[in-house]
Amino acid sequence: MQDFVQHLINGTSLGSIYALIALGYTMVYGILQLINFAHSDVYMMGAFSAYYLAMFMGLQNSPGVATLASLLAAAMIGCSLLGLAIERFAYRPLRKAPKLNILITAIGVSLLLQYSAQIIFGADPKVFPKVLEDSVLIDFGAVQLKSLDVAVLIVTVIMMLALNFLIFKTKIGKAMRAVSQNMTVASMMGVNVDRVISFTFVVGSSLAGVGAVLVGMKYPKIDPLMGTFIGIKGFVAAVLGGIGSLPGAVLGGLLMGLSEEMVVAYLSSTYRDALAFGLLIIILIFRPSGLLGKKGVEKV
Amino acid sequence: MSILDVKNLNVSYDSCHAIKGISFKVDKGEVVSLIGANGAGKTTTLKALSGVIPSTGMITLKGQDLTRVPAHQRAPMGLCQSPEGRGVFPLMSVFENLEMGAYFRSDKAEIKKDIEKCYGLFPRLAERRSQLAGTLSGGEQQMVAISRALMGRPEVLLLDEPSLGLAPRVVAQIFEIVQKVNQEGMTVLLVEQNARMALKISHRAYVLETGLISLEGSGAELLNNDDVRRSYLGI
Ligand SMILES: Nc1ncnc2c1ncn2[C@@H]1O[C@H](COP(=O)(O)OP(=O)(O)O)[C@@H](O)[C@H]1O
Ligand SMILES: [Mg+2]
Repeated sequence: MQDFVQHLINGTSLGSIYALIALGYTMVYGILQLINFAHSDVYMMGAFSAYYLAMFMGLQNSPGVATLASLLAAAMIGCSLLGLAIERFAYRPLRKAPKLNILITAIGVSLLLQYSAQIIFGADPKVFPKVLEDSVLIDFGAVQLKSLDVAVLIVTVIMMLALNFLIFKTKIGKAMRAVSQNMTVASMMGVNVDRVISFTFVVGSSLAGVGAVLVGMKYPKIDPLMGTFIGIKGFVAAVLGGIGSLPGAVLGGLLMGLSEEMVVAYLSSTYRDALAFGLLIIILIFRPSGLLGKKGVEKV
Repeated sequence: MSILDVKNLNVSYDSCHAIKGISFKVDKGEVVSLIGANGAGKTTTLKALSGVIPSTGMITLKGQDLTRVPAHQRAPMGLCQSPEGRGVFPLMSVFENLEMGAYFRSDKAEIKKDIEKCYGLFPRLAERRSQLAGTLSGGEQQMVAISRALMGRPEVLLLDEPSLGLAPRVVAQIFEIVQKVNQEGMTVLLVEQNARMALKISHRAYVLETGLISLEGSGAELLNNDDVRRSYLGI
C-alpha cells in the first residue's frame, strides 16, 4: 500500500510533465487542426537553451529556486522564439494548402531541428545543470516526498493555473478560443487571426520549455534526440484526452504518467514505452475522439 | 454620397468566376437587399465585403477605400456581418458571443449597455445568456449572430440569409427586429433567398443572377415585377 502511494506520487510528477507537452500539441491542433511534429524538438531546444544559459551565467552547480526560475525563463523564451519562427516561416505560408502538405512540412521541420542540433550542439549527451538539491522534504517512512517531485508539481500547477487564467479570463484568451471555434468569423469580429496563431505557438512552446527544464532537473542528461520519446508520449496523452481539449491534455498526461509508473513498478520496465501505444489503441477503439474530446472532431 | 459604394466587384474561386463585376450602393438609413437563387453569389459578395475572401474592384465605406484593408480591420471601420449559417462560437456562452462582437471596442460601459440593448431586442437571449451558443436552437443562434454584429456598432449591418432554415414564425420575428433596428437608424445590407420577406422591408433591392446584377429597383417595384414574381416569388 505504501509502495502504491509512492508510485502514485512519482507517476503524478511524471504525468504532469507529459501534460505540459500534451498541452502544446492540443493547443496548436485546436487552432490549426495540425499535429505539430516539431513540438518535441522545440522541447529539446528548450533544454539546450537552459543548458547554455546556465553555462553562460555559471549556474551549472548552484542549485536553488533562483536557478530554477532562470532556467525556466531561458527555456520558455528560447522555445517561444523558435515556435514563433516555425509558425511564421514554415506553417503560415501553407495555411491554405492541403493538410497533408503541412503535415509533411511539420515532419521536415522536426528533422531539421534534430539534425541542426546534432551539428551545433554535438550528438553526445550533455549533463544538465543541477537545478535543485535532491532531498527528501517529508519522510513518512515508506513514503517520501522528494524536493524534485514537489517542485515539478508546484511548477506545473502554477503553469496550468496561469494557462487557465489566460484562456478564460483575458482578451487574448477569448480571441484564441474564438479562432479555434471559427477562424473566419473571428476575423469578421476584428480578431487579428495571424497574431492569435503566433501567440498560441508562443504559449504552447513555452510550456514545452517548462517541461524540458523539469525533465532536465529530474533526469539530468540532455541530447538532440531527447524529444522523440517524450514527444510521442505527450502526443499520445493529447489524443488520449481528446485532441483539442485542454483538460483532456492534462488528464491524458496524468493517465500516461501514472500508468507508466505502475507498469514499471508492477510488471516490467520492458513495457514502459509499449504502454503508451497500448493505451492509445485501447482508448481509441472505445472512444475514437478521446476521453474528453468532442464527437466528430476532424483528425489529421 | 452613399455610405457603402461597391464598384466592379469581382471574385473568383479556383475554377469559377463567381462575381462578375457587380456595382451597387447602400445609402445611410436604408435597408438594401440582394436577392437571388441558391448559388447566385450572394454569400460570396458579403464575404468579399468583409474581406475574408480576396476580390478586385472598389469597396468604399464612408469615403474610405477598403479594397486593401485586411478582414480584421473592416469591422472596426464599420462593416459587421452576421454570416450565413450564423457562425456562432459554439463553445462560448451567449454573453461571450456578444462580447466577441465588441472585441475591437474598449468602451466597457457602452459595451455593457449595448449587450442590454440586444437582450431588449431579443428577450430569449437574456434568458439564455449563460447557455453555450452551440446548444441553442437555430432561431436563437440567428438572434445571437445578429446581436453580435450589432455589438460592433456598424455603419452598415451585413446580414446573410437570416431566415435560412427557420420556422416562418421565427422568420417573421427576425425581420421585425431588422426593421426595428433600421428604424432606429441602422443601415442594413440584407442578403436573402426569401425574396418576399426581404423585399417587403427593403427600401431598395438588387437581383443577383449567377454573379451579375440583373435587376434593381425599390422593394415595392421588384415585388410587382413580373420576372421577379415568376422567378423568386413563385407566382
Ligand atoms: N469556397 C468555394 N470554392 C469554390 N466555389 C465556391 C465556393 N463558395 C462558393 N462557390 C461557388 O460560387 C458561387 C456562388 O456561391 P454563393 O456565394 O455561396 O451563392 P449564394 O450565397 O448566392 O447561394 C456558386 O456557384 C458556388 O458553387
Ligand atoms: Mg449564400
